[in-house]
Amino acid sequence: MNIELNALMFLIPSLFMFCCGIYGFITRRNMIAILISLELMLNSVDINFAVFNRFLFPGQLDGMFFSLFAIALAAAETAIAIAIIINAVRLSRDADVKDLSKMKF
Amino acid sequence: MDQLGGQIVYVVVALAIMAFSVLAVTTRKILRSATFLLFALFATAVIYFMLDYQFLGGVQIAVYAGGIVVLFVFAIFLTSHPGDNSAKLTSRKELTGILAGLAMLIVCGWAFLDRCTTFAKAMPEMKNPDMSVIGNRLLSSGEGGYLLPFEAISVLLLACIIGGIVIARKRTND
Repeated sequence: MNIELNALMFLIPSLFMFCCGIYGFITRRNMIAILISLELMLNSVDINFAVFNRFLFPGQLDGMFFSLFAIALAAAETAIAIAIIINAVRLSRDADVKDLSKMKF
Repeated sequence: MDQLGGQIVYVVVALAIMAFSVLAVTTRKILRSATFLLFALFATAVIYFMLDYQFLGGVQIAVYAGGIVVLFVFAIFLTSHPGDNSAKLTSRKELTGILAGLAMLIVCGWAFLDRCTTFAKAMPEMKNPDMSVIGNRLLSSGEGGYLLPFEAISVLLLACIIGGIVIARKRTND
């Protein structure tokens, strides 16, 4: 058995990871768990950038730079989101999205 | 022999990505969820190494596995009781989640299979981009340079640091 690695073999695990992220984003109730699902989705998109760059335009680096900047953006977004979650937990004593109704009108 | 080794690494990494991402969203203990996320991110770094993007793999390990997951663990310890199980899902909510995930899987899977001939090519030869090329591209303002996004993201990270401190600090006057 001798199979060459092709782009599809990298895209399918990444797609699976994205779908897990969607499932978790909808079903989880803890805010940090929702953020973890969001990280899964962002990460699968980063894989896709690198894979498309590597297989379709191997001489260029644009996909790699997109992944690089997406990783930096994900780090910034996580830091802010965790700051907001810690602040929200101080208000409602729990990291559950059901208890966050202070801003409801 | 080299190719066989590559295939074995590929199978292990692909299975690890799928297994750990399922576990990360289905386990009911939040700290385990963060740990499985860490393993999934490591597997992603291995994919970057397989694709010859060594620098990207290093950044993935340093920023994601080293930074973000540690942040998650601290946030879990600050906000919840890590030993507790989360509440059992209602079947309606679970059904909605599975339906949304499956819809995405079917639409994108169909799109992939439809373009099977475009994707089913062997990996083309590529020289590993060395650090001087990456550094020059990152700081050049000419054709294919990334100076503007580089500067914009540095301002964004500064704003993010300040914002994080302002939002999360304790207010003493109320």
